[in-house]
Amino acid sequence: MNKIEPAFRPGGKLSKLESVYDGMETFLFTPNATSRTGAHIHDGNDLKRTMITVVVALLPALLFGMYNIGCQHYLAIGEDVGHFTKFVYGLLAMLPVIVVSYAVGLGIEFIGAQIHHKEIQEGFLVTGILIPLIVPINTPLWMTAIATAFAVIFAKEIFGGTGMNIFNVALITRAFLFFAYPSHMSGDAPFVKLDSAFGMGAGTPVEAFTGATPLGQVATSVGEPTMTNIVNHPISLFDAITGFIPGSPGETSMIAILIGAAILLITGIASWRIMCSVFVGGLGMAALVHLPALQSTTYPASMLDPVMQLCLGGFAFGAVFMATDPVTGARTKVGQYIYGLLIGVFAILIRVYNSGYPEGMMLAILLMNAFAPLIDHCVVSSNIKRRARRAAAKVKEG
Amino acid sequence: MSTVRLKKGFDINLLGAIDGNDIAFTAPSRSVAVVPDDFHGIIPRMEKKEGEHVAAGEPLYHDKNYEDIKVVSPVSGTVKEVRRGERRHIDAIIIVPDEGNDAVTHDIKGDAMQVLLASGLWVMLRQRPYDIVPVPGVRPRDIFVTAFDSAPLAPDLDIVLAGKREYIGKGIEVLARMTDGKVYIGVRENQSIDAPGAEVNTFVGPHPAGNAGVQVANTVPVNKGETVWTLDIVTLARIGELFTTGKVSHDTVVAINGEMVETPRYVQTVMGAELTTLLKGQVKGEAGESRIISGNVLTGVKVDADGWLRAPYRHITVIPENSKPDEFMGWASFSPKRFSLYRTFTTWLGGLKRPVSMDSRIKGGERAIVRTGEYDAMLPMDIYGEFLIKAIISGDIDKMEQLGIYEIAPEDFALAEFADTSKLELQHIVREGLDKLRAEMS
Repeated sequence: MNKIEPAFRPGGKLSKLESVYDGMETFLFTPNATSRTGAHIHDGNDLKRTMITVVVALLPALLFGMYNIGCQHYLAIGEDVGHFTKFVYGLLAMLPVIVVSYAVGLGIEFIGAQIHHKEIQEGFLVTGILIPLIVPINTPLWMTAIATAFAVIFAKEIFGGTGMNIFNVALITRAFLFFAYPSHMSGDAPFVKLDSAFGMGAGTPVEAFTGATPLGQVATSVGEPTMTNIVNHPISLFDAITGFIPGSPGETSMIAILIGAAILLITGIASWRIMCSVFVGGLGMAALVHLPALQSTTYPASMLDPVMQLCLGGFAFGAVFMATDPVTGARTKVGQYIYGLLIGVFAILIRVYNSGYPEGMMLAILLMNAFAPLIDHCVVSSNIKRRARRAAAKVKEG
Repeated sequence: MSTVRLKKGFDINLLGAIDGNDIAFTAPSRSVAVVPDDFHGIIPRMEKKEGEHVAAGEPLYHDKNYEDIKVVSPVSGTVKEVRRGERRHIDAIIIVPDEGNDAVTHDIKGDAMQVLLASGLWVMLRQRPYDIVPVPGVRPRDIFVTAFDSAPLAPDLDIVLAGKREYIGKGIEVLARMTDGKVYIGVRENQSIDAPGAEVNTFVGPHPAGNAGVQVANTVPVNKGETVWTLDIVTLARIGELFTTGKVSHDTVVAINGEMVETPRYVQTVMGAELTTLLKGQVKGEAGESRIISGNVLTGVKVDADGWLRAPYRHITVIPENSKPDEFMGWASFSPKRFSLYRTFTTWLGGLKRPVSMDSRIKGGERAIVRTGEYDAMLPMDIYGEFLIKAIISGDIDKMEQLGIYEIAPEDFALAEFADTSKLELQHIVREGLDKLRAEMS
């Protein structure tokens, strides 16, 4: 590395790639820089490690998501194949999405870093893997590319890059897709990949096939909601927990998500305050709308069992990986409880009472992203007031 | 007397602690230096020129704004050099001691404050707000004395006090006259102290429990418009000695420790002593492999091997500069030796209390603040550290005041700076904030 370094410094042939060089060097070697001012020793942890740990926490959901894509695909075309085949199919189906997400996102970050002559920052490591996990598998790649570019530029770079954004970048990607291409994002089509992946698994769907997610079925059902899998077998809570149901790749399996949650909580990266209060808020709200007096066939989702509510759709995934994003969430301890609770409450509210949109988690988190600074402001204000009162009391005394 | 239990903070257990309480003697220092940067808030105006003779305790320079504030020579000798840096900034005043024992004797019957100002002990005091040498004429609300140092590898102040314990009572008596409030002394658990006239509070908990700012904030916090003084117990004893004998003692006991020290030990020497004498044969490895710090690893200053002992003249730590050059993919390390408070690394599995080796690498690039609550966990005060730091960075004076900048000193954020995942220079940021506020207020 040291041999090729001069070419990248100002004046060198490749000075336009200086940020890229620095990025690679600090990725491969811990910086040798020693402290100049202040503390002489520093903790071993840095943002790279933090972000990588989140990526590791996402791996169970990612691997299961790949496997489930295969499961759903072969179920849809009525073929019985081995587990390995299913996984490979899913892997091939997801790989292009991951590549597009990283290529577009990191590409923009690299350019941004070079323009501002800053170091490349790690934020997109996590966003880049979140995007394939929350974007429906059948979304055309060009849409994902546009949405990612939009999110990285308008939700992150214009606010100043990693650590400065107000809204969760991955969710902005999803929201952009949802509002820009609504027809691709709902109904039967998006969640089960039917065509072949790199020539693998070609076939036509069986007759009974229906690709809607359980929540989608609930939203459009008349009377007592029924949920079936893609070949019309009923879905139980057990299916929702193991995750062999249609949905965005990362969101279906409670087990995979909870493994990720455990990693985030043990390493202390995610705030347990936020995570727990999202579940508490969601459970409370789901129980409330499930009260006999409030259940109604006009709002079929109100007839869902509260626990089932939390296990379906993106609720758990959002609670564990999205709501806990420290940059866009509340930063004070008290604020985190409020923030989490309201996300849970709003997610269920939107699900139940907005029949146009069967899934409320994305909008709930984005909404609370916007309110997080306000919540923090209120909490910090109480500290400010306490200090002012203390000073005032002192003046009186004196 | 009350006991304050502090939960926040952390004791970093570094390798190279001192075994035993013995105090060694070294050869007399061939030169002694006073570094004006050690006394923040003072703009030096020289009273002595190069080549002139000074007695121990005789002023070398005074403050531009308050001429009564004197900084004195710790030894009798000749001013060898007034070393200047950029824009004629005085980097150090170097004195070569002579055989004579010329020392200034003060008339202790006079006004106590004038005696203190002239003795050179005044500049050992600090005031909040701003963490500067106190402004004469402002009567402090209270005076806080810290009787222990909780920083990593910090010396036991009971040992540094050595034979000066008997002067504590006199010191309290003198200080009590300078405030309408109380003289508080903060001790750690099981530390006995005979302090008539002072209110003694016990602080139980990890570093920074020994920081003056933490002790003030957990006793009677500083409000806007108030001033308190802070000092350590050793300075208190020196003040007591001055008002008993009329002379200032410039002797000091220094803890020399750290991973790169051959035999960590306490050494008896003089304030501002040269390190070549103090560290002779004591530093392991080649030159450049170790970092010599006057003070502790969190708040001390980096000094050259041919430099001098800096205020508060009681601690030298030597740690490796870079023990693992070009570490390959350090962020992916599973090694329990890569010390981290956080459970993203594996150190915690073996316990965080074991003695660890730490070098001076920053181990990461500077980033925006991402993780939450890191500063608060290291700051046992009723302050939202992260929001205060953001207010300082954005230069919002009102917010700084509202969030409690009057209560803090850079050292209070030292542990947070160590723990910060985003590797921000918090002490530097706080210092700039305090200076800016002071400029704005005057």
